[in-house]
Amino acid sequence: MLEIFTMPFMQRAIVVAICISVITPLIGNTIVLKRLSAIGDALSHSGLAGVAIGLCFGFNPIMTAVVFSIISALIIEYIRSRFSNYSEMATAVVLSFGVGIAAVFSGFIKNAASFGSFLFGSIVAISQTELITVVILAIFVLAILLFLYRELLYTAFDEESAQLSGVPVRSVNLIFTILTAIVVSIAARTVGALVISSLMVIPVACAMLVSKSYKQNMIFSVVFALLFTISGLGVTAFYDLKPGGTIVLIGIAVLILLIFVRKKE
Amino acid sequence: MSILSVKDLSFDYPDKSILHRLTFSIDKGDFLCIAGTNGTGKSTLLKLILNILRPLEGSISLLGKSSVNFSEYDKIAYVSQKATSFNRDFPATVEEIVSLGLYKKNSFFKRESKKEREQKIDEVLKKVGLTEYKKKKVGLLSGGQQQRVFIAKALISQPEIIFLDEPTVGIDVSAVDSICCLLGDLNKAGLTIVMVTHDISSVLYHSTKILILNEAGGGKLMDSEKFNSKPIFAHFSHGGHNA
Repeated sequence: MLEIFTMPFMQRAIVVAICISVITPLIGNTIVLKRLSAIGDALSHSGLAGVAIGLCFGFNPIMTAVVFSIISALIIEYIRSRFSNYSEMATAVVLSFGVGIAAVFSGFIKNAASFGSFLFGSIVAISQTELITVVILAIFVLAILLFLYRELLYTAFDEESAQLSGVPVRSVNLIFTILTAIVVSIAARTVGALVISSLMVIPVACAMLVSKSYKQNMIFSVVFALLFTISGLGVTAFYDLKPGGTIVLIGIAVLILLIFVRKKE
Repeated sequence: MSILSVKDLSFDYPDKSILHRLTFSIDKGDFLCIAGTNGTGKSTLLKLILNILRPLEGSISLLGKSSVNFSEYDKIAYVSQKATSFNRDFPATVEEIVSLGLYKKNSFFKRESKKEREQKIDEVLKKVGLTEYKKKKVGLLSGGQQQRVFIAKALISQPEIIFLDEPTVGIDVSAVDSICCLLGDLNKAGLTIVMVTHDISSVLYHSTKILILNEAGGGKLMDSEKFNSKPIFAHFSHGGHNA
């Protein structure tokens, strides 16, 4: 029964799942604390537009998704700086733009199943090249997130005070948004573009219910994400379900359980 | 020696004129209380001094340097109004938030050791009376205790001057009193304090100077002792324009 885990496609899926489970909640921590949860949705839809363009013109879809998401992230930052009191407008504009482009270009893709695998994730679809791309990008994102640990905590706590303490707030925000775009794009293949924002938020929400510090929150959110993703992939392999949906539903179940347990305490 | 000097300062928002040719100065060791009714520009004045906003006209000198080119951020500290609406679910401990105050003293190549950092945190928490709360989540503390945490974060970098924007908003009366006493003690120990407040009576005893901003965009600076000799409401009329 466990033979499936010795198969190369499953091993590739597990490596990618581990990479994503480490970096996604780390990004999610800042996103949740800054109350920007919708940004994940906006960038994942932009990533989808990048995937559609990549598949249409024969480029690596993960790379086109990364490029498209980064451009969208820059547009979000620009709109947020122009309309600081209406920053949520930026995510709505970019989300609609991404959906529009994805819808138009998806009509020209010869292999519709390939595009569908990015919507809800697909463990069998990960190639050796994509595995290497994801691992390299994940290491890059992790290194920058650890380097900016204090800056991200400070800006999440209070941007004004951070600025007066010499934190380059605008640069930190810009780098962070670009990292979010990269993470969303590379995670689309495993959990799917439509559910990636859930993987950013749910492990963090679970961690917030049990952690006693910011550092613990980061660690616990990664542990929860690993738990959801690996168990989700296991269930997927045995019951032939869509991985994205399965992972998110496991996460939601754990979150409800934790809320219930904490309420009882 | 003047530590903060404001000259002919004017500032407008697109829909409203806030400050008009405001002039005043304070010395090292002063405890200035900036007061006024809503919309007179108390917080705006603080943001102009800290270079978060740019003045329309006039000049500001902080620690002997123009605020426009000011770069000695390790010598000043700021407790923002935002801190008073702190998200209770924010998953950070007292220790983690206070240590953020050391950011300006550090660089990538120069950071204090963990032991040094712990020592500084312990010292400053003792100063604000929160030693036993070091490992607690900030969100679990009362409003008054949270404000002490934010003051500790500001103090840990050993600034020469500290700016506070409405630090007593949203906390109970006894906590207001203890925060004002804490600020009074810090001032007696030599720290220059600039504090915006709408609750002038609670801090009056501890302050050395009061700047009353009026709706015409001007302000009146006076010694706290002088202020005490008249009923409070008498100072909020459209009287004197500038100090």
